[in-house]
Amino acid sequence: MTDAALPARPVPDYLHHGHTIWSWLSTTDHKRIGILFAVSITLFFTIGAVAIAVVRLELLTPAGDLVSDDTYNKLFTLHGIVMVWFFLVPSIPVTFGNFLLPLMIGAKDLAFPRINLLSWYLYLGGAAFTVATIIAGGVDTGWTFYTPYSTMFSNGAVLTAVAGVIVVGFSSVMTGVNFIATTHMLRAPGMTWFRLPLFVWAMYATSLVMVLATPVLAMTLLLIMAERWFELPIFDPSRGGDPLLFQHLFWFYSHPAVYIMVLPAMGVASEIIACFARRRLFGYAFMVYALIGIAVIGFFVWGHHMFVSGQSPYANVVFSFLSFMVAVPSAIKVFNWTATLYRGSIVFTAPMLYAFSFLGLFTIGGLTGLFLATVPIDIHVTDTYFVVAHFHYIMVGASVSAFFGGLHFWWPKITGRLYPELWARFAAVLMFFGFNLTFFPQFVMGYLGMPRRYHVYPPEFQVYHVLSTGGAALLGGAYLMPLAYLVWSLFYGRRAGANPWEAQGLEWQAPSPPPHDNFLTPPRVGDPYDYHPPEGPAALMDDAA
Amino acid sequence: MTASPFLRPPWDNLNRQHQAVSLGMWIFLVSEILLFAGLFAGYGVYRHLYPASFAKASAQTDIVFGTVNTAILMTSSLSIALAGGLARARLPRLAWYCLLATLVLGAAFLVVKGFEYREDIDKHLFPGPQFALGGTGPALFFSFYWIMTGVHAAHVSGGLAAIARLLIASRNEPAWLSGGGSEEATALYWHLVDVIWIVLYPLLYLNGRTHG
Repeated sequence: MTDAALPARPVPDYLHHGHTIWSWLSTTDHKRIGILFAVSITLFFTIGAVAIAVVRLELLTPAGDLVSDDTYNKLFTLHGIVMVWFFLVPSIPVTFGNFLLPLMIGAKDLAFPRINLLSWYLYLGGAAFTVATIIAGGVDTGWTFYTPYSTMFSNGAVLTAVAGVIVVGFSSVMTGVNFIATTHMLRAPGMTWFRLPLFVWAMYATSLVMVLATPVLAMTLLLIMAERWFELPIFDPSRGGDPLLFQHLFWFYSHPAVYIMVLPAMGVASEIIACFARRRLFGYAFMVYALIGIAVIGFFVWGHHMFVSGQSPYANVVFSFLSFMVAVPSAIKVFNWTATLYRGSIVFTAPMLYAFSFLGLFTIGGLTGLFLATVPIDIHVTDTYFVVAHFHYIMVGASVSAFFGGLHFWWPKITGRLYPELWARFAAVLMFFGFNLTFFPQFVMGYLGMPRRYHVYPPEFQVYHVLSTGGAALLGGAYLMPLAYLVWSLFYGRRAGANPWEAQGLEWQAPSPPPHDNFLTPPRVGDPYDYHPPEGPAALMDDAA
Repeated sequence: MTASPFLRPPWDNLNRQHQAVSLGMWIFLVSEILLFAGLFAGYGVYRHLYPASFAKASAQTDIVFGTVNTAILMTSSLSIALAGGLARARLPRLAWYCLLATLVLGAAFLVVKGFEYREDIDKHLFPGPQFALGGTGPALFFSFYWIMTGVHAAHVSGGLAAIARLLIASRNEPAWLSGGGSEEATALYWHLVDVIWIVLYPLLYLNGRTHG
């Protein structure tokens, strides 16, 4: 094709493919659905963050002087439910997964575009319904809905709250089915399984967990609804039911759910680290096996949430051993990322800083997970802030850092604009310090015996709570900064061009932002991490030089 | 490859689209099995804890309704399988009537189930203050009886909606049945509903009747 043969009018990008609100609400374009999800999860993230901000303010003093006990319980429950089901579980898959999966494999869209749109409506409807009932009626069970409290004693709006969570679960299953079918059926010619970027593998592994674990949660919550509504004796110990059955079913989903949150983060980190170390990803095949290994082994460790529940000591030993097994593929990944950095030409861009944050915080979260998998230590720190700190290191430290890393890395692709690098680096560093200041003191006070979910506490823990609240303020500021400068960049940011990072993934062969059908010419498929050009690494950023 | 009216974006090949719809449905069916797996696990735990009560309570279910419904549902699986085979053999009219037979049989299943539910309620077999059976186990058995059959009936209704949609879409355009994969996906789903029932039938009706 010669230049003269090109059409006179350029192909509009996906943002200009239609201009009405309806063109967004009825879109089947995976890129637009990704944007719809991004706006929605940001909204729910804000709700969850405001709830926990009040909790952290309350905990500044040992006495309960800001909110009542009851309100306190409702606030941390709201925070947990919203952050787990309406932010973290969907976060990376429904935004970057939706936007990038077809681009990365050279496809025009996901396999089932209309089901993709339906999954957004289900998500939004279910999540909005649950949040409305929590705010109107209040739920004080914690996000875990433990029986028999949730079924027999809690006066809150448990029934309606779990109904919304079930609906959001169907949305997860639809996304999972869509991603798996897309990866199998829509890879461009030449895109073999072992040429897939690790982000695609991460989406695939995550989708497996979504499809297999989510329905069990849906049924478990349905049993809670049945017991509350019809007073059936399912989990009622006074009528022969077994509350521990609930815990088994609940954690059969909710432990793998942690991998729904962290596997996508691993995929994002793999893309960023390879790009900004200008190195082929070390041990690609093992990275793939490790992702699948984590997804599979993750299904057999749920009993480590129940060491003090009275389950059989033999079960405890088995679950403890299996929990240690998850550390093996996780460690393979950490070592391979580190080995990728070795002798790399590292560029300290904002996405890379977020990826480093991910790496460090995931390691701390993972290692403290081993403490908790050890039965005697777990008995000592069960239901303390040690546990709270541990899972926030994984779910916030690792996942949210990777989310922001991905947001900056793919921002030029999604919007066509570059973000202001200096501000972004400052926010990344601030987020890292804010996060550690918030949650590291929680390890210490948890180890010293501060229980989780307590409104009033002994004064000797106050210093840790004050540090933690101070850190949370920094963290809140660090979350708000990108909101400001990214919106600014939408209007005033420099135009990005197709491939501002000189990255190798197929998504960078499409224009920024991509047109409706993604590629103007069929993409050229090759090694996704071919970062060893003969002429050496190019100068990446003008303002960094 | 000529353009087909059943080809939807992003596909440019009807055969690939058909395979993808089929694959997507298989993945969804695995998810459905895990949905019921939660119920099977709960049922299994309580049957293990209260074997005698479960046998006693199970004998109170109506074996006639249960058996008739099993026959109805298995016949409907046959008719929808025939519909697919006939559509592929280019006998679309006959295929359409087989699909219609499936719809009628599925609806008959729900009607029979309704009569059975009415009888169960008359016999006070719903766990509550009026519950007919004493002890802890029977109430748990009937909790699972109602939830399992209820969730299954919801799946039957969903399947009927999918079959009705297919019937309407293919009424004037019989080639619809052999086109983009909708028929196969609907049939796969319907077979799953049938398979789940084949597991529920012995769990709910046959236990407790083995020794006369």
